[in-house]
Amino acid sequence: MKRILFLLPLGLFIIVAGYFAWQLLYGRDPRIIPSALIGNPVPETELPPLKDDKPGFGRADFGSPDAEKAPVLVNVFASWCGPCRAEHPFVTALAKQESIEVYGLNAKDNRQAALDWLRDLGDPYAKIGFDPQGKAVLDWGVYGYPETYLVNGRGEIVFKHVGPLYPDLIERELLPRIRALKGEG
Amino acid sequence: MPSLMSRLSSAILCAGFALLIALAPSPSGAVLPDEMLADPAMEARARVISKDIRCLVCQNQSIDDSDADLARDLRILIRERLNEGDTNDQVQDYLVARYGEYVLLNPPMRAGTLLLWGAPAILVLLGSIAVFFWFRGLGRKTAAAGPTLSAEEEARLSSLISPRNGKDQS
Repeated sequence: MKRILFLLPLGLFIIVAGYFAWQLLYGRDPRIIPSALIGNPVPETELPPLKDDKPGFGRADFGSPDAEKAPVLVNVFASWCGPCRAEHPFVTALAKQESIEVYGLNAKDNRQAALDWLRDLGDPYAKIGFDPQGKAVLDWGVYGYPETYLVNGRGEIVFKHVGPLYPDLIERELLPRIRALKGEG
Repeated sequence: MPSLMSRLSSAILCAGFALLIALAPSPSGAVLPDEMLADPAMEARARVISKDIRCLVCQNQSIDDSDADLARDLRILIRERLNEGDTNDQVQDYLVARYGEYVLLNPPMRAGTLLLWGAPAILVLLGSIAVFFWFRGLGRKTAAAGPTLSAEEEARLSSLISPRNGKDQS
């Protein structure tokens, strides 16, 4: 009995260390905060257009429980954001190949810088909202750039990714969800 | 031994530091003058709210302390909501609706957070139980170790403490 009690601290240590190791290797990244908006309707915020020849977007551009529309991808980007540049080819490919409309949300940017950025890298967006003050992005719960939201036909946010999109993630997380939404509709 | 002069000077130095600390303005966090509200009462409320809102980029800092862009945006947002007549709770709910309960540095007491809040009490309870058994075991051990003197030792002890023996030796 005494001998077992001596081993108690070691046992506790192994349990705690094991838990930490498991969290470290297989746990979720603590920097990724689960979105509070998953399952909720998109914010009401109305976004003015960035370009003269392309509309901005607001609540009415997404579906609602009464009037369903096609699912939409909302991609938050800015010309000052390096990872946005890195993910841009994948966003472009998604918009082309998956026949899903992608709305761009340009945040905290200079209009001319954003226009130049899109001219250089290509513009895959169906609509682009312009939020120079960074107020609308707070309604969307944005805290890092870029962020991407998948909105279903009823106008509810079903998935959010913080950080740049990359092929593996698109294949694993995004495409199955997009296809499921399309299958539903 | 230190001279009177050096003692006096160190005492003056200490007093000086104490005065400095007492007179120093309270730390004002990362709030910049251009964010502040004109009404000091409203500004004070905004400060109280921001002290309990987590900066989502730096995560263990409040937005009141953080220099991050997002923290600044949230501080301005809080002041805007206050100007529109929101109560402190309404402002907090507004932020929780967008960023989740994670945004609160003080997690609310709910079924899911009960373990978090209860853990200190549980640990104190477990500690007290451990201490109780430790002392009980200690008491038993001394009681058991009591009558282990041999007859020879007993005799020697009684001869040592008997008053007559003491007199003989002196």
